[in-house]
Amino acid sequence: MAEITRLIHEYLRHDKKFPHVWCPGCGIGIMLGALIRAIDKTGYSKDDIVLVSGIGCTGRLPVYVDFNTLHTTHGRALTFATGIKLAKPRLKVIVIMGDGDAVAIGGNHFIHAARRNIDLTAIIVNNSVYGMTGGQYSPTTPYGMKSTTTIYSNVEHSFNISELAVTAGAVFVGRGTVFHAKLLESLMEKAFAKVGFSVVEIISHCHTQFGRLNRMGTAVEMMQWQRDHAVTVEKAAQMKPEELKDKFKIGVLVDRELPAYQDGYDKVRRWAKGSEKR
Amino acid sequence: MNLRKKVRKKELLLQGNEAAVEGALRAGCSFFAGYPITPATEISEILSVRLPQLDGTFIQMEDEIASLGAVIGASLAGAKAMTATSGPGFSLMQENLGFAIIAEVPCVIVNAMRGGPSTGLPTMPSQSDVMQARWGTHGDHPIIALCPSTIRECYDLTIKAFNYSEKYRIPVVLLIDEVVAHMREKITIYEDEEVEIFNRVKPTVPPEWYIPFEDTPKGVPAMANFGDGYRYHVTGLTHDIRGFPTSRPDEIDPFIRRLFRKVSQNFSDVQIGESYETDDADITIIAYGCVARSARRAAADGRENGLKVGVLKMNTIWPFMRSQVEKVLRTSKVVIVPEMNMGQISREVKRVNKGDTKIFTINKVDGTIITPQEILNRIKEVC
Repeated sequence: MAEITRLIHEYLRHDKKFPHVWCPGCGIGIMLGALIRAIDKTGYSKDDIVLVSGIGCTGRLPVYVDFNTLHTTHGRALTFATGIKLAKPRLKVIVIMGDGDAVAIGGNHFIHAARRNIDLTAIIVNNSVYGMTGGQYSPTTPYGMKSTTTIYSNVEHSFNISELAVTAGAVFVGRGTVFHAKLLESLMEKAFAKVGFSVVEIISHCHTQFGRLNRMGTAVEMMQWQRDHAVTVEKAAQMKPEELKDKFKIGVLVDRELPAYQDGYDKVRRWAKGSEKR
Repeated sequence: MNLRKKVRKKELLLQGNEAAVEGALRAGCSFFAGYPITPATEISEILSVRLPQLDGTFIQMEDEIASLGAVIGASLAGAKAMTATSGPGFSLMQENLGFAIIAEVPCVIVNAMRGGPSTGLPTMPSQSDVMQARWGTHGDHPIIALCPSTIRECYDLTIKAFNYSEKYRIPVVLLIDEVVAHMREKITIYEDEEVEIFNRVKPTVPPEWYIPFEDTPKGVPAMANFGDGYRYHVTGLTHDIRGFPTSRPDEIDPFIRRLFRKVSQNFSDVQIGESYETDDADITIIAYGCVARSARRAAADGRENGLKVGVLKMNTIWPFMRSQVEKVLRTSKVVIVPEMNMGQISREVKRVNKGDTKIFTINKVDGTIITPQEILNRIKEVC
């Protein structure tokens, strides 16, 4: 059996939920492929994986995969995931969000989950727009770009999701694009292996809404844009600031050690029971 | 009872909030997520000490939205979970309250009621969240809300709240008004007393046969916890019996009706209250929470003055105790509904009044309690 067929049969609810809701050419499919391959490599049992999502195009992902899956309210996925992880620490909890989900309505939950260093992996598909509702601007829509609610021009400055995660305290932050599918897979694998709050930001495209309004071409052309504007962390270190002006870094942005929340709380339990002196 | 056997009992002088904690732990609560707010803070503080001693988990979240989110997550993973808040926080919880209803996730939400709207009266009592508990979250939905009037009831009703939530897979709101939350009373807890504890029904079929939102005669499908080997989908979208989103009218309708049915066909189990001398009463006071205490005193004083006064105390606020209320509406000439709001339950009483029983209200919204004398004065005024 071909590898791809095996993965489809093993991990997708192929006999229940397809066809999917995404537009032809959407980056979420590539991201889903990378996710499945990365999970396959970790060796976790499907029964021990929980996939949690919020609302939006990306939020629809868990319904298609054969894990314990939870499709929550808009922006709140990390809070539900926090409850699951603390109540049953042996579960591997992966949270899938879009840019609006993670840093607009869910921005507060995002920074606090990172600050607490809860052992979760947050995977954020950043397509710079609210796709499902028809192409409104999001906190990651670049300055000067058009959307259906900034038809003249976006005059708000955009968030840099990965830098936000680094500042808020995530122990692992990686960024990739849907053009760099193999990199995505390896970033996810590293994030899953990390104990603590890990983030993988995925630069994707919405050619249906964002691309059409800003005349950025087809899905393929938008992916070529990703290829031309992404610079690996290693290469960026040798480039001058002016060369990096319209570029973004991909690769592992942060990988550091900090005590995870669960380790601290296990200590709290021992102190509370008096089995260990504070 | 064997008199020689030493009865192990605890006599405790507790606040309502403290009794709610004791009840929660007795019911098996092992997870609490909350955000500080007056007058519910004691519940957080005590559980932050007690839960880690019992291998449970306490976490203070970044807001009330996150608190209820974490509670729902913990419940899906198998824990009995609770949060506690007051009006402003309860407003924030409405979003995820709706999620718990549609996804049928058991959980308990304590709302220590203070005056509103908005920041309102943080340290003063009120009963003005009664309708918010019923219709606060959007969409058509059932809900169970309980209201204690004594410290013992705080203990008992918290246990019942967990039981109902597990039995019917529904969030249960415990409406404690600020008076009862902070008042101290002696309660006696017998260590060997029999307390009915209900745990959610788990599937017994193999995973491939499991239908997570099956339409059973009881209306309550068996619930698998995440990690138990039953991989299924939970969503806030309207879903079919397998949990997958649907927009088929023939699947939507039975689903929404089942949500209502699982509560409505169990009214006799979830509607609890007590009647005091209502059989021969000309005048019946329908009251709940701290006002029920004043009502009982007013009734006793009224009887001393030759007035035949009775009290119907409501412990279940939602679903509305229609049959019990209809009974006193049939037998009494006058019904008085004193409330610390502008008339939220009296509206329901008037709705079910089919005869010509006169219904009078007492509405107090100045942040102070309704006294027995005020109720008695109203009785004398209208009779």
